[in-house]
Amino acid sequence: MSTTLPNSAQTPETGTARVKRGMAEQLKGGVIMDVVTPEQAKIAEDAGAVAVMALERVPADIRKDGGVARMSDPDMIEGIIDAVSIPVMAKSRIGHFVEAQVLQSLGVDYIDESEVLTPADEVNHSDKWAFTTPFVCGATNLGEALRRIAEGAAMIRSKGEAGTGNVVEAVRHLRQIKNEIARLRGYDNNELYAAAKELRAPYELVKEVAELGKLPVVLFSAGGVATPADAALMRQLGAEGVFVGSGIFKSGDPAKRAAAIVKATTFYDDPKIIADASRNLGEAMVGINCDTLPEAERYANRGW
Amino acid sequence: MSNEAPVIGVLALQGDVREHLIALAAADAVARPVRRPEELAEVDGLVLPGGESTTISKLAVLFGVMEPLRARVRNGMPVYGTCAGMIMLADKILDPRSGQETIGGIDMIVRRNAFGRQNESFEAAVAIEGVEGGPVEGVFIRAPWVESVGARTEVLAEHDGHIVAVRQGNALATSFHPELTGDHRVHSLFVDMVRANRAAESL
Repeated sequence: MSTTLPNSAQTPETGTARVKRGMAEQLKGGVIMDVVTPEQAKIAEDAGAVAVMALERVPADIRKDGGVARMSDPDMIEGIIDAVSIPVMAKSRIGHFVEAQVLQSLGVDYIDESEVLTPADEVNHSDKWAFTTPFVCGATNLGEALRRIAEGAAMIRSKGEAGTGNVVEAVRHLRQIKNEIARLRGYDNNELYAAAKELRAPYELVKEVAELGKLPVVLFSAGGVATPADAALMRQLGAEGVFVGSGIFKSGDPAKRAAAIVKATTFYDDPKIIADASRNLGEAMVGINCDTLPEAERYANRGW
Repeated sequence: MSNEAPVIGVLALQGDVREHLIALAAADAVARPVRRPEELAEVDGLVLPGGESTTISKLAVLFGVMEPLRARVRNGMPVYGTCAGMIMLADKILDPRSGQETIGGIDMIVRRNAFGRQNESFEAAVAIEGVEGGPVEGVFIRAPWVESVGARTEVLAEHDGHIVAVRQGNALATSFHPELTGDHRVHSLFVDMVRANRAAESL
């Protein structure tokens, strides 16, 4: 090496906001898939997933089985980490910061503080600034998204209604977030203070969103995406990528459907490609109509 | 003609495309996303963004842009890859996933995720040969490093004893993400490479 290239003497800094949020930027335009075994993780990776979410049961099964849903077995998460080279995410319960500590110690790349698991705290979410591992959190509206970002979330996803195979709630949440951002754009400085109060979110973040015209972190869609067209719909509505939970491995031909959803997510604005991707995928997951879902069984109501 | 701003594409199959488009525009290029062979044919240079290299590689093959990309890089189109983009420019990957292909163009062997998983992702100052005004802020995210380079490859920067920026002819690659900082000096260097190449071609 020539002497004109000094190694930077300073200590490298880990866990910075830029490194955490920047990680999510690298996932944009991609599909993150729920998997419950190393074999499924490999299928997801081969299909072009940008990351996998390691969990014990997909949301559709959590719904069916009932009971308390918790963080997955570390053995199972490590098995998935060893099986693939793409990033691995895992879920902690809302407010269960010890589950999050465990996930961080296992070396997962992102923690989803998720309403799909049974909440551990009905008042507080985890303090996400306290971690090196970045967090993604669900939101149904802008105020909720900004409260999560204030707590340290480095990525936001719509909550949708996980495990239903019904995209209607994800559409509602994404439209809500986008509409509220658009409204902020039209406010003058005097109005932003009242807007912050109304949104129940920190003024500084509200001001930042008004200036940027977008969240300061990456926004994905989640909860109910089951087809290539669903994924493309969410992208056209402004999601920067999609999470697919039960939709893939609860369908007839997971490998084919996974690859098809990846294609439709990249070419979300090209109906011919989406049409081709949608051919002969076998059976989609059956799905649940959200208007027949009792309030108590709606995961989107969890978190605040 | 040569005073006009060069048109630089960003491969938009997956990854942090938006940040590169913004950085290129700030460095006085006309920036546009590229997903199809016909869009590739219209640009003077191309950025391969950060993202998941396995995903980008698969989509490039699937949608028929891999061969046109190889042809244009072979014919000297200026190209700049960050992180996953660096992997795409490597003639050889140390630990490829099954079926993972690269465009190639730089005689180097790259190790994926060499600096570790997300918990090891870091920021550090990086001095780059040919970039004036002091070190840039290096943002390394599950970053690769260059294990070894061939005789024609110029090493532009190292971190902790590992090669993190290289150039071979019109191909430039960094392990880190200048597009995530407000500092556009590396993008300016690339825009200059594109301008110089266009001037040379019009002679």
